[in-house]
Amino acid sequence: MTGYEWIIPVILTVITAATPLVFAGIGELVTEKSGVLNLGIEGMMLVGAVTAFVTATVTGNYFLAVIAAAGAGAFMAFLFGILTLSLMANQVATGLALTLFGVGISALIGQDFVGQPVQAIPKVDIAGLSDLPVVGQILFGQDPLVYLSFIMAIGVSWFLYKTKAGLILRAVGDSHDSAHSIGYSVVTIRYLAVMFGGAMSGIGGAYLSLIYTPMWAENMTSGRGWIALALIVFATWKPSLVIVGAYMFGGITILQLHAQAAGFDVPSQILSMLPYVATIVVLVIISKDESRIRKHAPACIGKIFHPAS
Amino acid sequence: MNFKTVAVLVGAAAIVGGIAYWGQDLLKGDVASTDENKIGFVYVGPIGDHGWSYRHDVGRLAVEKEFGSKVKTTYVESVKEGPDSERVIRQLAADGHKIIFTTSFGFMNPTLKVAKQFPNVKFEHATGYKRGDNVSTYSSRFYEGRYVIGKIAGKMTKTNIIGYVGSFPIPEVVRGINAVALAARSVNPNIQIKVAWVNTWYDPGKEGDAAKALIDQGADIIMQHTDSPAPLQVAESRGVWAVGQASDMSQFAPKAQLTAIIDDWDGYYVARAKAALDGSWTSTDTWGGFKSGMVKLAPYNAAIPADVVKLAKETQAAIENGSLKPFAGPFNKQDGTQAVAAGSELEDGVLLGMDWYVEGIQGKLPK
Amino acid sequence: MLLKIEKRPEASQLMVYATPIFALILTILTGSFLFHFLGVDPVEGLRNFFIKPIDNTYGATELLVKATPLILCAIGLSVGFRANVWNIGAEGQLTMGAIFGGGVFVYFHDVDSVFLLPMMIVMGAIGGALWAAIPAFLKTRFNANEILTSLMLVYVALLVLSLLVHGSWRDPDGFNFPESRLFSDSATMPILIEGTRLHFGTIIALFAVLGTWIMLSKTLIGFQVKVIGAAPKAGGYAGFSQKKIIWFSLLFGGAMAGLAGVSEVSGPVGQLLPSISPGYGFTAIIVAFLGRLHPVGIIFAGLLMALTYLGGETAQINLGLPVAVTGVFQGMVLFYLLACDVLVNFRIRFTLFGRAAS
Repeated sequence: MTGYEWIIPVILTVITAATPLVFAGIGELVTEKSGVLNLGIEGMMLVGAVTAFVTATVTGNYFLAVIAAAGAGAFMAFLFGILTLSLMANQVATGLALTLFGVGISALIGQDFVGQPVQAIPKVDIAGLSDLPVVGQILFGQDPLVYLSFIMAIGVSWFLYKTKAGLILRAVGDSHDSAHSIGYSVVTIRYLAVMFGGAMSGIGGAYLSLIYTPMWAENMTSGRGWIALALIVFATWKPSLVIVGAYMFGGITILQLHAQAAGFDVPSQILSMLPYVATIVVLVIISKDESRIRKHAPACIGKIFHPAS
Repeated sequence: MNFKTVAVLVGAAAIVGGIAYWGQDLLKGDVASTDENKIGFVYVGPIGDHGWSYRHDVGRLAVEKEFGSKVKTTYVESVKEGPDSERVIRQLAADGHKIIFTTSFGFMNPTLKVAKQFPNVKFEHATGYKRGDNVSTYSSRFYEGRYVIGKIAGKMTKTNIIGYVGSFPIPEVVRGINAVALAARSVNPNIQIKVAWVNTWYDPGKEGDAAKALIDQGADIIMQHTDSPAPLQVAESRGVWAVGQASDMSQFAPKAQLTAIIDDWDGYYVARAKAALDGSWTSTDTWGGFKSGMVKLAPYNAAIPADVVKLAKETQAAIENGSLKPFAGPFNKQDGTQAVAAGSELEDGVLLGMDWYVEGIQGKLPK
Repeated sequence: MLLKIEKRPEASQLMVYATPIFALILTILTGSFLFHFLGVDPVEGLRNFFIKPIDNTYGATELLVKATPLILCAIGLSVGFRANVWNIGAEGQLTMGAIFGGGVFVYFHDVDSVFLLPMMIVMGAIGGALWAAIPAFLKTRFNANEILTSLMLVYVALLVLSLLVHGSWRDPDGFNFPESRLFSDSATMPILIEGTRLHFGTIIALFAVLGTWIMLSKTLIGFQVKVIGAAPKAGGYAGFSQKKIIWFSLLFGGAMAGLAGVSEVSGPVGQLLPSISPGYGFTAIIVAFLGRLHPVGIIFAGLLMALTYLGGETAQINLGLPVAVTGVFQGMVLFYLLACDVLVNFRIRFTLFGRAAS
């Protein structure tokens, strides 16, 4: 015992707790960057979770299960797109309705799969590297989706800030009228962004039902979609900060459970408040720099776009 | 007014007319006969939770199986405690249900309010303490089961630490933790119980995380008073022991599950339904344990040594025949002061409202 | 043939009233398929969802009971939404209102006075407003986004309530179960119709709607809210203070949600419980937009939303449909209503092979 081994299992726990939030957060970030606010993350995650579980149970193919979850999430987002982008319905209300719908439809699909176990997606095991002390497990012994979450975050960051397509997407989110007048199809771009968000939420859901807690049960997301939504604000719309936020939120949640298990003489309710309070406090600290937020926050978020108007 | 407006108006009128015509059908009175023997169930969660509400629904199906076409059962799931539950219970009563089972503590006051308005309907409220002429209460002495698993845990632990995933610090949960502590320390006085409250009945991720935290702090046996099998799955993957909750959850943790505490409402529901149908129903207070079959234990894990299985079976038998009372003295409260002296035991009334820990449990309860 | 959506020169008055009917027709059509698919007679299905819950006096009053907190929260939120203040934490403000209002009773439970209930109501509004003041302060002072702060404070408020009812506010005769004493008569909202649960809170909601309508249409602050929402820059030129509007709309929304909370606990709940709202604060966001942020619209939207919940219960009882189906059905109804709304400001034209038909 050198005194810091205890931190390794804590970090491992935090990684699994944070990964679904990273997926959903990164996806919604792209959606919001295109100027669309989709509050249906919870519903899309649930549909992704049930689709992944059913696919994995029936086919036994995890790769297919994750793809199917992404597809199901994207389909839910497509419904949202029809309403908000083509029919110009209110985004906030439609997103909430999507969540109600997703909770119901996922329960309906999954009713024959409650109480069935599924083997969790196995962790990566790189001979030699995974056995390294301290960093081995953390860096080289995760499940494939954890790596994917980082790849997605880096990829989205690169896409948004280093590619022309990303520039166009941000332009659509910042000023749809100018983007339109230059000749970009605002609606098509937003459809793509919204469906990407749905696919990521679906994968976040798949992470819940195949890795985090490998099972299907109704409403198993338990409000994580809302936390993902808050994380984007927390990250001031920067992909890398979504990861920071998710790991901070997950980390404090795990640490407060450790504090309880260690017998801290504080009511559990107060300890349970810590992740929420900490998120607010950190947001307050980073929000002081108004210019930075303005630089990244999409100006057109939630606004309806009509080409002729 | 242009042509299109007229067209829209005419169309709308035609549709409204159509609905009105069709609506005669919609508005027709109920054809359901009232001499049907209807039995109602109100659940706090979805039956897909695989926990508390699921087990009550298993009880409902037992009633259907027993009486076949003689009865018709109705259930309403995910009913929120508070005003919604009163409306649902009232609607079931008004709809001619002969007996209604309300299966969550939070349905207590709504059940009593509705029962006053429907004196001819029988009500059965789970886990509450208020009764009436047409309101019975029933609950299970789950702590008897927890006492037995406490004995097993005391023998099986290597680290002398038992981890307990708690939902809310209510007497029911505290009683279970205390029963485990008393039993475990009776076979191994060095045992400490660590508790992590997740402040929810149901959040698989959080329940699993709590189990992980407890294991990281040295626990090699995980117990839970929450609904999902997530803590067992964690135990399985970390190679420690765990105990299932509400159902046999061995399919989620074939190696890790020592046993499970099973809620079994089948016998009670069948008996009470029968009483309501044949007119012998009276208001009662049932708090059944092993003896009445309301609490059962899942088959023991094959990895438990024979002498431990023997101890567990003896303990269960002794509780059943009344020679062993889990809360018989002497034992101390958490702070070391005596809770119960030798030769006496805690009354049911005290057990019902238990809000203090016994010796060997870490952490504090909110006051 | 292609669909083309064109903006109307001005909002269609006809469509304001016609779109809900279109949505209804679409719901009936799709609903029939859904019920048929689930093996339920479509007529019975629709009857249980929309008519049976309210075809008697008791049911009709229950609709009002269920709609009251939704309307109260939604009317408060609508003011903020008009001014682009994104308070999505009404659930927390409702909870804090219940804590403050209910707390008055917990400390004065032996007081039998006509002033007890009014004091609880006032404290409820104050509690909700105070909870909303935190995001307002953080927004105006530190520029912290209210979507995050108001949402996070929901969870904090729920834990505060849990701490109190599991701890010092427990009923001393309640075997330490997590609930307060039952409220006495002088702490309970008067019942409006004997034999039902229709209570004074519904009157409060009506006055809140009326007051908001007058405020928005007749007062300077209402005008400022609308201007800042529609054109922030114009509001700035006119000298309206953005900060003042943020403070006002959050405090107002919080107070309304707080009223909803106290009218629930001193109305149909009758005591403090660990969970006093099945998500009214979140559902109210839908209600506010479904009602097009207009006071009268919000009343109808609140009633409709409440009806889908009641219908869901009735469908479970009479048709044995699982709760999941009611969620799907509810989502569908909302989708249609929101989608049909497009016709108010836009018209759909069918163009033949890209050429305008007209």
